[in-house]
Amino acid sequence: MLADARLVAGKDLRIEWRSRVGIGQMVPFAVLVLVLFAFALDPDRGILTRATAGLYWVATLFAGLLAVQRAFALEAAPGVREAMRLSGLDPAAWFLGKAAAIAVQLLLLEAVLGVGVVVLYSADLQGPLLLLATCLAATVGIAAAGTLYGVLAAGLAVRDTLVPLLLLPVLAPVLLGATRASESALGNGVGDGWSWCGLLAVFAVLYTMLGMTFFGTLLEET
Amino acid sequence: MRDAVVLLDRFPALAGVDLDVARGEIVLLRGPNGAGKTTLLRTCAGLARVVQGTVEVLGEDLVATPRSVRRRVGMLSHQDGLYADLTVEDNVRFWARAAGADLDDARSALARCDLDGRLATVPAARLSAGQKRRTALAALLARRPELWLLDEPHAGLDRAGRDLVDRLVRDAAAAGATVLFASHELDRAEGLATRAVTIAGGQIRDDSATPAGPIGAERAG
Repeated sequence: MLADARLVAGKDLRIEWRSRVGIGQMVPFAVLVLVLFAFALDPDRGILTRATAGLYWVATLFAGLLAVQRAFALEAAPGVREAMRLSGLDPAAWFLGKAAAIAVQLLLLEAVLGVGVVVLYSADLQGPLLLLATCLAATVGIAAAGTLYGVLAAGLAVRDTLVPLLLLPVLAPVLLGATRASESALGNGVGDGWSWCGLLAVFAVLYTMLGMTFFGTLLEET
Repeated sequence: MRDAVVLLDRFPALAGVDLDVARGEIVLLRGPNGAGKTTLLRTCAGLARVVQGTVEVLGEDLVATPRSVRRRVGMLSHQDGLYADLTVEDNVRFWARAAGADLDDARSALARCDLDGRLATVPAARLSAGQKRRTALAALLARRPELWLLDEPHAGLDRAGRDLVDRLVRDAAAAGATVLFASHELDRAEGLATRAVTIAGGQIRDDSATPAGPIGAERAG
């Protein structure tokens, strides 16, 4: 199954590398969000510093929606969805492959945004290991939930507007957990960042399991 | 298939179809638009839900083991199923590997469909309709399916492309694969098929040998 997942992820990343549609929209959009917040909150640098983690994850989450929509726009080409069903690949492998491709793109985006918050918001990283673990767990969670809801909406004409409506409430715990854990990593938080990171890991595992279980049914039924 | 009923929007697209096809047969499905030809092909591929009756494909129960059956089946439909941003070669390689075939199968399929030159490096988005059709055909060929399901396989192809389809179908049947195809180009199709099944209103109206050969004696299902 992992070899099949690698095949699917490789295909999605190859398409992205060739077209640069997703990254070409996702990165500028997320950076723009950071810049706009920097302009808006500049008069009071204290607020900007305290809000750095939240703004970072809001930008990531919105850009993640673009990544999810792009991932399923690829499969919306005429006959591709049917070819997916006919391929004989394990649906769990389709799920893992597509989620992995989204996760890779998100991690690249997070690295760029990380530089952005250091430059624009003067962020001071005090817990690099915690931040790394938070990014990994949150990214897997966003990618897994995004892939699951992405396939649910993929067969519908209203998928472009439906994905954010479905996904944003589901990802609220990720936004909360990632923000709190990142605040700790940046030295702005109260409480233990690792416990929030643990919540993110649970979310990621839960949605990975749900996706592996139900992706095939959703692919067939929607 | 026995007494197979398939509904489309609550109306029976197949209304109690009985059909046995032997390995190596080339079966033409003919009939007017909306007769149920495409639904029959999709049913054999496990893409349509059978609400009554039984369907056994390549010796396997389609309802019980749909994924196993699908891996052994190749379908060419009206829609080509190609990724626009991938090249011809990448598309064929991906679908071949997804079906468990290796890269040699993909290379061979590209060569047999005359897609191994400069065209192999062209993204699918830039292909003409006929070139897309050839690419879809190569992707099907690379899967080495035991059952070929072709919906209007000659549509959109030039004469060389149509001859290519005929050649591939005959070679596949000679190698033991079974071919079911739907077509409105009856002159060419009846010359290719060994058997012709007429469908109308979701039911089989006629089942007869064609000039290309007799109805297979061995019924493998």
